[in-house]
Amino acid sequence: MKFGVITFPGSNCDADMIYVLESLFNQKVERLWHKDTDLKGVDFVILPGGFSYGDYLRSGAIANYSPIMTEVVKHAEKGGYVMGICNGFQILCESKLLPGTLLHNNNQKFICKNIHLKADNNASIVNAHIDTKQALKIPIAHGEGRYFASEETIAELNANNQIIFRYCDENGDITEESNPNGSLENIAGVCNAGKNVFGMMPHPERAADAELGNVDGALIFESILGLIKA
Amino acid sequence: MKFRAEIDIMPLKALLDPQGKAVTSSLKNLNLSEIENVRIGKHISLEIEATDKATASLKVEEACKKLLANQLMESYEFELIEA
Repeated sequence: MKFGVITFPGSNCDADMIYVLESLFNQKVERLWHKDTDLKGVDFVILPGGFSYGDYLRSGAIANYSPIMTEVVKHAEKGGYVMGICNGFQILCESKLLPGTLLHNNNQKFICKNIHLKADNNASIVNAHIDTKQALKIPIAHGEGRYFASEETIAELNANNQIIFRYCDENGDITEESNPNGSLENIAGVCNAGKNVFGMMPHPERAADAELGNVDGALIFESILGLIKA
Repeated sequence: MKFRAEIDIMPLKALLDPQGKAVTSSLKNLNLSEIENVRIGKHISLEIEATDKATASLKVEEACKKLLANQLMESYEFELIEA
């Protein structure tokens, strides 16, 4: 299993992601640059958080036309794994690899804090090994994270188990108060119909190292690695 | 021929526009309570070389659809002016 982490101009969570995969989980990681036209044989591509192209025009809109994205789309279409965290999720929505879009938070604020989320199901590799009753404490840091899609799309996502995580309170209850940004149905992350492309706004890579006092995010990496090894 | 496109991109009417909402309430603080429903979008101006207006219009349309607007959240309209 080889991971690839793409750095776009303005990515700022790439180093954290590489650290978690290499140092905490002992995985092989290729550093990919947005101008690369080759994924260097990686199995699992990660688009990290940050502010690619300064969020100009719309978050993720310009990064979507970076040269490497042509290869990412091909990889995804062949069934290869792709995951976007925060800005990476925004890029994947712009590329249409994932349904829906991410609007300005309903309170018009950039929100940087720990929130709780829980796995909605165990249908994909990112949540397969996570207890659906457990509330995971993971930080968010975004201004545009309000997940939105048409009513039909939301119905399809629900029917196909494509909602991977939902915001909840610390007891695991999905409530309006625990929805930090106004996302439809408390959606914190989704996947495509093929369950090989994933996006989530919260940052599991910022909650994986015990030195940082919170390791709930590590469960997501363990789920990914657990299922692939199995 | 050279044309200039003046493009307006607006958040879809059905969606909450938090910027517009914040500005509406700020205007109320200025005793301009008559003003309502502020919505904030963006204006993009660009120049385009094309054989005729119809070709220019097709190209601008393509630019809007592919990059300038995200039709899941925004609508766009534009005017083409001979530069």
